[in-house]
Order: sequence, then C-alpha cells, then structure tokens
Amino acid sequence: MPILELRGISKHFGAIQALKEVSFTVEPGEVVGLMGDNGAGKSTLVKIIAGNFRPSAGKILIAGAEMAFDSPLAARGEGVEVVYQDLALCDNLTAAANVFLGREITRKIAGIPIVDHRAMMIRAAELFAELKSETRPRDLVHDMSGGQRQAVAIARTRLAESKIVLMDEPTAAISVRQVAEVLDLIMRLRDHGIAVILISHRMPDVFSVADRVVVMRRGQLVANKPSASSSPEEVTGLITGAIEAA
Amino acid sequence: MATPSIEDVIGQSQHHGWLARVTSRQTFWIFLAAIIACVLLSLVTDTFATERNLFNVTRNFAFVGIIALGMTTVIASGGIDLSVGSSVVLSAIVVGTTMAAGFPIYVAVPLAIGAALCVGLLNGVLIAYAQMPPFVVTLGTLAVARSLAMVLSGNKMIYEFGPDHDLLLGLGGGSMVGIANPVYFLMILAVLTGLSYRWTRWGQHVFAVGGNETAAGMTGIRVARVKVSVYMFSAFTAGVTGVLEVGWLGGVTTNLGQSMELTVIAAAVIGGATLAGGSGTALGAVVGAALIEVIRNSLILLGISTFWQGTFVGSFIIIAVAIERMRSLRQNA
Ligand SMILES: Nc1ncnc2c1ncn2[C@@H]1O[C@H](COP(=O)(O)OP(=O)(O)O)[C@@H](O)[C@H]1O
Ligand SMILES: [Mg+2]
Repeated sequence: MPILELRGISKHFGAIQALKEVSFTVEPGEVVGLMGDNGAGKSTLVKIIAGNFRPSAGKILIAGAEMAFDSPLAARGEGVEVVYQDLALCDNLTAAANVFLGREITRKIAGIPIVDHRAMMIRAAELFAELKSETRPRDLVHDMSGGQRQAVAIARTRLAESKIVLMDEPTAAISVRQVAEVLDLIMRLRDHGIAVILISHRMPDVFSVADRVVVMRRGQLVANKPSASSSPEEVTGLITGAIEAA
Repeated sequence: MATPSIEDVIGQSQHHGWLARVTSRQTFWIFLAAIIACVLLSLVTDTFATERNLFNVTRNFAFVGIIALGMTTVIASGGIDLSVGSSVVLSAIVVGTTMAAGFPIYVAVPLAIGAALCVGLLNGVLIAYAQMPPFVVTLGTLAVARSLAMVLSGNKMIYEFGPDHDLLLGLGGGSMVGIANPVYFLMILAVLTGLSYRWTRWGQHVFAVGGNETAAGMTGIRVARVKVSVYMFSAFTAGVTGVLEVGWLGGVTTNLGQSMELTVIAAAVIGGATLAGGSGTALGAVVGAALIEVIRNSLILLGISTFWQGTFVGSFIIIAVAIERMRSLRQNA
C-alpha cells in the first residue's frame, strides 16, 4: 500500500491556480524527485501535504487513510515531516533548541514542567553524530554554515517516527561537499523505510538519489516515471514545456 | 583522532571560558557602568551615598524595573508595548476608587490588575489575531487606558482609601529590613521571569517567535497565543506597579505614569533587548533600569535641571539601537 496518495489536489490563491488536479502515490522507502520551474507549484504542494495549507479540492491519503490536516502539528502527528526551503530556523537559538522547537523535552519538578536542556543537548548531539555532521548542539544557528543549518533542519525530522520526509530545495544554498552529505542522509532515511519527496533544481542530485521523478508545470503534473527510464535532458524538456508530457 | 564523547560534544560551544562569556554580554558592561556611576557620585557628592537617597533610588528603580521585565518579554517576542504607562494609571485609579468606595484591599487589587490585564488582552488580540502593528495598537490603548482612568476618577485626586487605607500605603510605601517593598516585588518578579525564559516552554517560544515568527509557526508553536501572553504579562507588570505606586505616593492623580513607556523601553534596550526581537534577559532589564535611575538621580544631585531627563532617556534609546545596528552590520560584513 502506498504510504502517501494524492488524489486530484487543486489549490487556488484568489485568482491564481497554483495546483490543478495533481495525483500521484509514494511507496514506503521510495525517494521521489519533484521538479519544475519556479512557480510550478512544488512548494504549495509540499505545504498542503504538511498541513500548512488546505487544498481547495482533492484528497490526501496516508497509509490508505484519508487525512484533513488543519495544522503542521496534525500532519506531524501522522508522521509527515518537512525540511522547508528557507529551513525555518530561529537564528537566535541554539542548534539543540531549534531541533526541538515546538516539542521541547520537559520533566516535572514539583509538578511544573521544566525544559530539560540537558536531555535535548544529548539527543541533538546523537542525531548530529548519526548524520555525521559536525554541528554542535550548543552553538547558535546564527553562526552556522549552510551545511550545519541543513543538519539542524534534517535532525528535526529524525526526532519523531517519521514516515514521510518532504524536502524543499535542501541543497539550494550549500557547498558541494555538504550536498553530498545531504544526499547521503536522504539515502539513510530511505534505508529506514522512510519515503522522501525531494524538491530540487539540481538535476544531478535528483538523478543520483531519486527512484522516481515527478515533473510539474504551471500547477499540473506532466510526468511521473522511474528515474531509470528518464534522463536529465527529458526532464529539462518537460520543465520548460519543450516536451509536452511523458 | 578519538571520537569525542557525547559529553564532550555538548560541552563545546563557540564561547570559550567564563570570562569571555561574561564580557561578551551587554548586561555586564551596563552593570559596570552603573557601578562606576555610583562610585563617582559617592565621591563627587556627599548626598548620594546616604541611606535616605539610596532607599529612594532603589525604590524608584524598582517601579521602572518591574515594568521593564514585561517590556523585555514583549520586545523579545518582536513586539513593543507603548501602553504600559497608561496601564499603570488605570490600575492605580481602579485600586484607588474601589478602596475609596469602601471595598477591602483584597477586592480592589485583583480588580486593578484585572483592568490592566484587559488592556493587555486587547493589545494582544489586536496584534496577534487581527495582525495589526504593535506600535499602532499600543499607541491607541495608551490613549484609551489613560482616558478611562480620567473618566473613572472624574480626573480628581484620590487620597482616602477607605478601611484598608493603611494596608495600601504600607504595601507600596513600606519597607522591610531597610529595603523598600517594591524592591522585593522586583526581585521576586525578576527571578520568576528569568526562570521562565530559560526553563519553560513558554519562554523558549517567546524567543523563538521573536527570532523567526514564520519558522516558529511552521514548527507548530501557537504564535498568536504566545503574543497575547506577552502583552498580558507586560500589562500585569504595569498593573502591579500601579498598585505599588499609589501606596508609595499616598494618593493618585491621572498623570501618574505619564511617558513612563519611554523610560521602560530605554531600560529594556539598555539591558540588551534588541528591538528586532529574539533577545533580552531579566537581569538585563533590572540592570538597565538601575542605570537609568542612577543617572536620573545624579542629574538631581548634581543640580542639573530635571528638564534634561528626556534628553538622556531618548538619547539612550537611540544610542542603544545604533550600537545594535552597527553590530549587525559588522556581523553581516
Ligand atoms: N501564499 C500564497 N499566496 C498567493 N499566491 C501564492 C502563495 N504561495 C504560492 N503562491 C503562488 O502559487 C504559485 C506556485 O508557487 P510555489 O508553490 O511557490 O512554486 P514553486 O515552489 O514550484 O516555485 C505561484 O504563482 C505563486 O506566486
Ligand atoms: Mg518553492
């Protein structure tokens, strides 16, 4: 059974139709590369799956059950985690605080829930070690490199028992070595049976990790096929519209 | 190379050593400035280091300091509250009129603080849910709250507080072991605020909202509720101060707390709360308030006209913001 199924998802913003009847499925442990030009609707689709937006029409099924998320928290409760395009980090907080933002570990002292910074530091350090990142839990995100910020955003998705991880342009603003780290990480997520939807403009990145490519153009799905039977040239044609559909 | 243990990793940070950490804090330098000002004043004047004067200075700084705790919280969340001075007078007039009407203090004080909390709730709801700019909303409630205080009191001075008259005067005007009561309120509130910042989820969320509101929202933090809570906390500190000030003054008129918001904002900003949001400490608020009061006191003792006060407070705010601006420019360079 697919872990995620989208059926005829549409989304309007006033007069703008950002998404038009988008349907596809994702299997557990599958990496799907979602591609398209700027404004094609990729981020909007991710935000709908993640519970940031409600679709104007269509259905979302997770492991066969229909969902109607009214908040990111609700989506997270069903195992949907997101790494946002702008990473959604608070620069003024430490790496550990960012990893646990919104789900801080607490313990009760005299009945009062107290934030357990120590436990969060330890868990964050474990996650960074697991990601083979040199990010230090106590450092402020403000002072971090692009790759370290990425590690913080990704570590966040590893806190819960996630089933689906959505990544919006995770490799946009980082160095080549760091891209390799992120791609490694995606493969590690897949090995854990987690489904990954990867949005990226970088063709080599997508073809190196994705099992399948989904291409969108002006809010519509124009291709959905195994990456082995496609090519960067074909995808480029699909994105620009030189190739109508595949 | 040996793999560092988890203990090593969590022990590491970019700040090396306690001395570097302490001196990297604005609070430290402000504290030092306040101490130097105190030493100089004791040497130059023979009136500063008297018991009477120190008692007055600490009590006056307590009023500003208590509200600076609320203001620091609002600023840390990325907002501003201009209505605090008016919440002070509203609270003071409510406690005054109800007690003058014969109600006991344990009825009047909750009513007064409740009135201030209503102002905070209105601020919070308009800012968080109607998404109106904090500056405009709290400028509006600044006018509304003071006007309500005038309506309520008929703009007359109140100095008879009914059966619990002495209790009210003792609360704000009294002292224990040589320290004015408001100072104890300041210390308790400062400790509670500092602990909340660091050890509660609410504190974490206030700073997260101030740091990156969108990010905080995306992680599921209820941003609107956090915002309402900070404006209510700020109003609460103003309400408490209103009650204490009536007790100290022994009477209340509707010009109490006028332009106090500027002094309080200056205290918060000097204490390290950056107006862009996301930073600030309870200790900083207290130390900032202390420095302002010491300087205000020095103007009086040195025989400089108190008309200069506004110039000092205003310049402080601008200089603190200028330093903040230069710092962020240097970091981005
Ligand atoms: N919150 C919003 N309000 C109005 N229009 C939006 C909003 N978010 C996205 N859009 C519009 O929807 C379209 C798709 O945008 P987006 O999903 O960000 O594309 P992509 O991520 O593929 O570049 C664009 O035309 C964009 O302007
Ligand atoms: Mg996008």
